[in-house]
Amino acid sequence: MSGNGASSSSLNMISGEDVVNNNLTALVVDDSPLLRLLHEIHLKKYGLKVQVAENGKVAVDLFHLGASFDLVLMDKEMPVMNGVEATKELRAMGVTSMIVGVTSKDGPGEQQAFMEAGLDYCFEKPLTPEIISILLEELNKHNKKD
Amino acid sequence: MDVVNQLQRQFIDYSASLHREGFLDDQFTQLQKLQDDNSPDFVVEVASLFFEDCEKLINNMARALEQQQGVDFKQVDASVHQLKGSSSSIGAMRVKDVCIAFRSFCEAQNREGCLRCLQQVTHEYSLLKNKLQTLFRLQQQILAAGGSIPVVE
Repeated sequence: MSGNGASSSSLNMISGEDVVNNNLTALVVDDSPLLRLLHEIHLKKYGLKVQVAENGKVAVDLFHLGASFDLVLMDKEMPVMNGVEATKELRAMGVTSMIVGVTSKDGPGEQQAFMEAGLDYCFEKPLTPEIISILLEELNKHNKKD
Repeated sequence: MDVVNQLQRQFIDYSASLHREGFLDDQFTQLQKLQDDNSPDFVVEVASLFFEDCEKLINNMARALEQQQGVDFKQVDASVHQLKGSSSSIGAMRVKDVCIAFRSFCEAQNREGCLRCLQQVTHEYSLLKNKLQTLFRLQQQILAAGGSIPVVE
């Protein structure tokens, strides 16, 4: 289930109502200020420390500068550097963060192409509280194994 | 207390009508649930960003469709795609539905169809903006009267 390229359908549907973790960090990468705010507030509700980036290049530059995040929410369509390119670059750099793609519901191959770039999961935007709590459960389990 | 109850009743009824008439869907309710003491103006902030997005994107679409020598339908589609994403995120169901039809016309490179959709999306956005502003005014009145904002499921 964990690791790059796992499909969204392989997630366990565990109830995550009480997933509150003050140790996790997240990066929200999206060119839409609205989506950045939305996902930021969602994640902060669960106690995560959140940073935002307005495109893939800003996200990659953060990692180049030594930043690290447990979770990256990556939008697909962005100017300067899109989510597919950014994900490929992060994986090539050796980044092992959980990278979750966020896409619009368009085209049958859209999620597949994005997954192949190195995502752990891919969902339609916006992420729902249920999906976020499931992702955090997976993240917590993954971190306990390390 | 009676004033607060009346205002809360008005708020609940007005929210319910917005859902019933298809202006808002459950995504908006989810946004309201995210609002708390740590982010007390969250819904208004999100709505403001949405209004800015809409105005910018509608202008982009209008400019692209005005080009008499040749419409760049990919450019129009890119703006519609973004607007669809924003409207889905805030729960603006009617705006989102127009965007879905709009994208079909972009794909078909049908300028007349696109222009009709542009008119429709502009209309739906204006309606929604007015209604949300009314909702937020009701919220302010409730808070000013010492009450709390009910969340309408």
